[in-house]
Amino acid sequence: MGAWQSVLSAAGPASPADLIAARMQMAVSLGWHIVLACLGVGMPALMLLVEWRAIRTGDADYRRLAHQWAKAIGVLFAAGAVSGTVLSFEMGLLWPGLMGAYGQVIGVPFATEGVAFFVEAVFLGIYLYTWDRLPPRVHLLTGVPVLLAGTASAFFVVCANAWMNRPQGFVLSGGVARQVSPWRAMFNPAVPHETLHMIVAAFMTTGFLVAGVYAAGMLRGRRDRYDLLGFLVPFTMAALLTPVQILVGDFAGRSVATLQPTKLAAAEALFRTQARAPLSIGGLVSGDRLRYALEIPAGLSLLMGGSPDTVVQGLDRVPPADRPPVAIVHLAFDAMVGAGFLLLLLSAWLGVTWWRRRGLPRSPWFLRLAAVSGAVAVLAVEAGWTVTEVGRQPWTVYGHLRTSDAVNPAPALWTGFVVVALVYAVLTVFTLYVLRLIRWSERPVAPQEPDRAPGPGVS
Amino acid sequence: MDLAQAVLVVMWAGLTLYALLAGADFGGGVWDLLSGRSRTGMGRRRLIETSIGPVWEANHVWLIFVIVLLWTAFPAVFASVMSTLYIPLTLAALGIVARGTAFAFRKAATELWQQRLFGAAFAVSSVLTPFCLGTVAGAIASGRVPPGLARGDILAAWLNPTSLLSGVLALMVCAYLAGAYLCDDATRAGHPGLAEWFRVRALAAALAIGAVALGGMVVLRSDAPPLFSGLTHRALPLVVASAVFGVASLLLLYRRAYLPGRIAAMLGVVAVMWGWPLAQYPLMLLPSLTYDRAAAEPAVLAATLVVIAAGSLLVVPPMVWLFAVQRRSLRDAGTPE
Repeated sequence: MGAWQSVLSAAGPASPADLIAARMQMAVSLGWHIVLACLGVGMPALMLLVEWRAIRTGDADYRRLAHQWAKAIGVLFAAGAVSGTVLSFEMGLLWPGLMGAYGQVIGVPFATEGVAFFVEAVFLGIYLYTWDRLPPRVHLLTGVPVLLAGTASAFFVVCANAWMNRPQGFVLSGGVARQVSPWRAMFNPAVPHETLHMIVAAFMTTGFLVAGVYAAGMLRGRRDRYDLLGFLVPFTMAALLTPVQILVGDFAGRSVATLQPTKLAAAEALFRTQARAPLSIGGLVSGDRLRYALEIPAGLSLLMGGSPDTVVQGLDRVPPADRPPVAIVHLAFDAMVGAGFLLLLLSAWLGVTWWRRRGLPRSPWFLRLAAVSGAVAVLAVEAGWTVTEVGRQPWTVYGHLRTSDAVNPAPALWTGFVVVALVYAVLTVFTLYVLRLIRWSERPVAPQEPDRAPGPGVS
Repeated sequence: MDLAQAVLVVMWAGLTLYALLAGADFGGGVWDLLSGRSRTGMGRRRLIETSIGPVWEANHVWLIFVIVLLWTAFPAVFASVMSTLYIPLTLAALGIVARGTAFAFRKAATELWQQRLFGAAFAVSSVLTPFCLGTVAGAIASGRVPPGLARGDILAAWLNPTSLLSGVLALMVCAYLAGAYLCDDATRAGHPGLAEWFRVRALAAALAIGAVALGGMVVLRSDAPPLFSGLTHRALPLVVASAVFGVASLLLLYRRAYLPGRIAAMLGVVAVMWGWPLAQYPLMLLPSLTYDRAAAEPAVLAATLVVIAAGSLLVVPPMVWLFAVQRRSLRDAGTPE
């Protein structure tokens, strides 16, 4: 095992500018991929739901929706697969210090994720390719593994992230991980709250994004039954999950309080360890204080321990060099929670009018808000992910490996970041453009689809 | 066989499959680039599109599989390779992104200029990616990636005679594989004219590969003596086998025996793919990092093998089904000439 020592000795420390470039590049490519990954988890559920309704009722609108959404999945899966491939490269290109020292500890969740992704890819290929080649029920069944494997791969990959927050399953000696127990590393205490929060977020985001597309169409006057169903099915899924997600979020907050009190303190901008800790909303961080925040007295103590006397640990327990950038984490946390409650209100609005008179709210503001609900949900996901990742700083592996030691010491990472950022910007424009094309066309567009196969029932 | 050897074999099998399957996809993009103007090339591009279609980009799963195995089982090697060779690997990653998305977008695009734009992005990245991956192989094989974080020269490690040679060879082999596949696919779909177009070009590619490979041995002899000596001694049987399969496939293609020609081409690639590790075994990184010293702990290797075994049981049956679906539909539907 002599090789380890030589790997850990780097050519030289990375410059601060290159460290920032590496973090930005990871942020851009992961921030991009996370949206596609959410859709990859959530869209198959919607697709199978409407296809199942179509088979049960013979309803042509459901069938058309199933076909449209399958096409969208074809394109999104492609973009998600390649942006995921890039991430697997970047783990080594940007963070060789992490992978050289701990690659073997977190390899197993990634390997299982790879298997799940493989299953998903193969069944999606079969599903898209056999629209008119298999009996309807069998075809529906070929979509089920796509849903299961998509969810499973989200679970596995978040297990790896959970390990970075709550590393275990190894003994550190001489800066090297030894006596590795891969399963213990994979199933660490941060897994339950992180995976649950992320998977629910994926279904919610998908629901609001897809519903938003149809809400925008309805605002432009497309109000057929097809459009109404295209709005209601995904919106209902998301609306039902929103209160669930808020409960899961509460559970996650309390887990973080035990596992990573510093992260929670940064999220709440709580500088002083105290009983009767307030819940601070908004405000400006200046130095070691939070100013102008809306404070709910003892709110945080109540949330964390059910009693105002609960002592909540503040940032004063760790030296300044070990604190995350509080302003960013606090802002991101407020953005996530705020977005969640906004979506809850919107969901409740529809719930009330539907319960009263089986219809959408009459106010045009409902559809306007619904049209941007997807963007709000994406904002919540990105903000929540910022809380997790930036809140863990300055550590890559919490308490063990600093980000400045994980980064690639090679020069000129800045150039790479600029190129990658440009490519992703272009990619975003084209992805949105192509998804718009799909909405208006009945042509086969997913590359896996054969040209000659009109979707069943599409007329 | 110890656990590390077992993982090494599985990993290399994955890389071989990536070379065969994705290699043909990249090659398809190369022929797309060479298919001529929009109107004359339409039938050719359609055929390429149809034969890539159903398994499209699923093939990158093999690459992810190899990368994950490398960092899990041989983390030191992974960290060294990725940090020193970050430039060609970033380019390859961007090429994969551009290729995958452009291919999907071209199909969705309605205007000719859009199809041309996405088509060009698809074709150019199909050339860039295998070339860059080839230079990476050349860098490792010629001993230019020393163990350690970014210990090698970030430019000279992949801009050198061996890397350029392997980059060009990788590209040409992709084109040849795709050409052989496409001849077969075109015949099955009932388009002998198209098959003929690809046959002539695949034959030209095969002759070019032979010439470059022979010239390449001279380059290796001066630029990468340890690799040269490995290839001419321990790995010699595989080098000879790849030459034999290559010539056989050329003759079969010449006689329009497309399916056997295709199989011979694949075997030739397999022989080259296994000749390289055999030539430098047990070293993973020159001058002295052996596979057993680079390997992860036995518990990790065992867990990885368990996951792979369980994964194969889940993946292989549907994969066979997918290939069958693809074959059948290609035969049923045919493609417009």
